[in-house]
Amino acid sequence: MHRLSNPGLSRRDVLAAGAATLAGSAASRDALAQEGVNLDAAGTLEAPSQPFHDTVRLTVNGVIRELRLDTRTTLLDALREHLHLTGTKKGCDHGQCGACTVLVDGVRINACLTLALMHEGDDITTIEGLGTPENLHPMQAAFVRHDGYQCGYCTPGQICSAVAVLKEVDAGIPSHVTHDIAGAPALSDEELRERMSGNICRCGAYSNIIDAITEVAGTRA
Amino acid sequence: MKPFSYERAASPAEAAAAAARRPGARFIAGGTNLLDLMKLQIEVPSHLIDVNGLALDTIEPTPEGGLRVGALVSNTALAADPRVRRDYALLTRALLAGASGQLRNKATTAGNLLQRTRCPYFYDTAQPCNKRRPGSGCAAIGGFTRQLGVIGTSDACIATHPSDMAVALRALDAVVETVQADGATRTIPMADFHRLPGETPHIETALQPGELITAVVLPRPLGGRHIYRKVRDRASYAFALVSVGAVVQPDGTGRVALGGVAHKPWRVEEAETELPRGARAVTERLLAGARPTRDNAFKVTLVERTLGSVLAEARG
Repeated sequence: MHRLSNPGLSRRDVLAAGAATLAGSAASRDALAQEGVNLDAAGTLEAPSQPFHDTVRLTVNGVIRELRLDTRTTLLDALREHLHLTGTKKGCDHGQCGACTVLVDGVRINACLTLALMHEGDDITTIEGLGTPENLHPMQAAFVRHDGYQCGYCTPGQICSAVAVLKEVDAGIPSHVTHDIAGAPALSDEELRERMSGNICRCGAYSNIIDAITEVAGTRA
Repeated sequence: MKPFSYERAASPAEAAAAAARRPGARFIAGGTNLLDLMKLQIEVPSHLIDVNGLALDTIEPTPEGGLRVGALVSNTALAADPRVRRDYALLTRALLAGASGQLRNKATTAGNLLQRTRCPYFYDTAQPCNKRRPGSGCAAIGGFTRQLGVIGTSDACIATHPSDMAVALRALDAVVETVQADGATRTIPMADFHRLPGETPHIETALQPGELITAVVLPRPLGGRHIYRKVRDRASYAFALVSVGAVVQPDGTGRVALGGVAHKPWRVEEAETELPRGARAVTERLLAGARPTRDNAFKVTLVERTLGSVLAEARG
């Protein structure tokens, strides 16, 4: 555990902390003061103003990386700003658009809504790890063939998501539109649209994206 | 985000004790709601306790014939579990109706219960909000309220709880298991877990400072038809305007819980005695005392019609 240090306070921090904090007893207040943590009269913790750092070791596209990071660093920012893997895109940065979709131990998640420090020992795959310009992943090749993009900004997230969707279907994971959740889900346009709904494409390449995924699904079968 | 210190918890009891020791501490599991709120400085924890390393990610049968779902089981894993799909289809359907595939892969069972309201005034830090800043007032009342609550509201808050999963758990009479800061464990029925806003809308659950959810227990299967119907502005990846979760038995009896209408999953057991008489009779008792706004009065009608549709499907 890290000691809190230099908890520079401002009235604004105190107000912003507001309901998000737990009230402390007088005893715990004294104990905390010894650690350099201060509470205001209402027992509200005054947010520290200096960043904290910690290290994390993870595997990215097959390479073990050790990073020392500000605790606030999201997995997305670690990939883009620290490892310079800029294929993964920052769209909304709030888990709404899917542009930051990566695979963690083969499972798709929004890299913007998870801290890098939470991925100690994890195996991360980004769009750069799926294929290369000389040796495209089948899903990348299908997106090219079917023109599954216009501006291309959402495309890395779409492709990572699509690769994981096919694995989820193979694993028998049902979706909102699966008619019989007791059985194995079948692949259909309706299923793919539902399963890809966490990836927004402002250019509206959706129908071509569905065509690309359908082709890959068919050639695997 | 504001700076915060970070630790990985070694055991549930140690996590609870650490959280109680540190005012301003928060647990983090999936992080899909907390980090969103931290980026907006709606949540400003000074310390995060990462609970992902705690071995709370399994689904085990209970001696009573139910299932104990670990707090860290992902929404995807819970929805896809063959036992849940077979015996608690309402839960699978509710989970799959929420969020996106990416979010369900990361979001946890406990975190889903603890997700905070999507009221736009809670999210807008330039507006007063009694939930975000106690005593500052409620900008939603008299504001844009189409998405907001119609029953169980107060003069301090008209926010709704956004979870689909919680609606199913309420209908199924699930029980929340916790560990407290002193290491003691306790159980909290879903009926008592979420609170109505009253004058303290910032206190959303029955959890005490530091208390950590360790599991959610599903009682023995109920049988019957399990239906979750969610009405929303988009066909996918949107919060409910209204949702109806129902378990209907062959004799027409059953259970009904609602999402999108209140500060907690809304269920009134007495209203369920009206189920054989149809949706209107049930809705009259289920939403008795509702105080909708001009913008969201449609939700009362929408509940009745959605329930009517659910009951028709259950009969068919």
